[in-house]
Amino acid sequence: MGYLDEQFCQIEDLQDETSPNFAEEVVSLFFKDSVRLVTNIEQAMEKYPEDFNRWDAHMQQLKGSCYSIGASKMNNECTLFRNNCGQENAEGCMRSFQKVKREHAILRQKLESYFQLLRQAGPAGTATRPAGK
Amino acid sequence: MASSCMGIGGEGSAPAAPHVLAVDDSSVDRAVITGILRSSKFRVTAVDSAKRALELLGSVCGLTEPQIISRFRNFRFLCCIACAITYSCIGLQGANVSMIITDYWMPDMTGYELLKKVKESSKLREIPVVIMSSENVPTRINRCLEEGAEDFLLKPVRRSDVSRLCSRVLP
Repeated sequence: MGYLDEQFCQIEDLQDETSPNFAEEVVSLFFKDSVRLVTNIEQAMEKYPEDFNRWDAHMQQLKGSCYSIGASKMNNECTLFRNNCGQENAEGCMRSFQKVKREHAILRQKLESYFQLLRQAGPAGTATRPAGK
Repeated sequence: MASSCMGIGGEGSAPAAPHVLAVDDSSVDRAVITGILRSSKFRVTAVDSAKRALELLGSVCGLTEPQIISRFRNFRFLCCIACAITYSCIGLQGANVSMIITDYWMPDMTGYELLKKVKESSKLREIPVVIMSSENVPTRINRCLEEGAEDFLLKPVRRSDVSRLCSRVLP
């Protein structure tokens, strides 16, 4: 789907009987973290105008998390933001930050749907009726 | 999924799978590295800072029996439990943590600084330390290796990286 890369598959592969919901747990940690990091960046951009080093440092953390779960599209937008910081292009940063936020929201929607589908499909042999809605 | 301190205190007398201490300030990365290590059948303790890692390493390898006993002297019940736990720690002293795998870039103390502290300690220096980083900076990598890091892994860390590493580093 382009939103997630092979790293996400690696995470799913780590699921087993002892950690059957590992991927969902990791994704949930990611969103807890990313929401906080996005807020930090937003606040930093407001409170510290043109403090590109600070903005970049915050974005580096967010990018790291994206990388770890394989969120490639969002990761790309984070990279563009960092490039804009490097070029000290405040307007460019504002624009790429909007894109980061948009990708973040889209990713969240997609992953929520994905895990919901998995839950509805259920473990083999127990799904006896079609998904409700 | 809980990153529990399974290794400390040795639950019962199960033959000890190597105990790896993972250090990363990112909760996502901690979860991922813990998952990878556990899927390779290691016992894992994951902490969020180098400071906590050093506390853990110090508590395993640093306290003597009398110190532990006197610390809990007034709490008989706790003393019994604590002694049982710490006696088994002491029994495995120096071997309880078989490997440390740490993120490079952490606030307060970096993985590099943790590496240096471990290598400076006579009690801890034999423990292999692996550094992870999402940034491929050759000077950084060389500096870590020169300081005694066993290896330097680029994030995102894969299962294959870890199994290759562990088969080389651990008995």
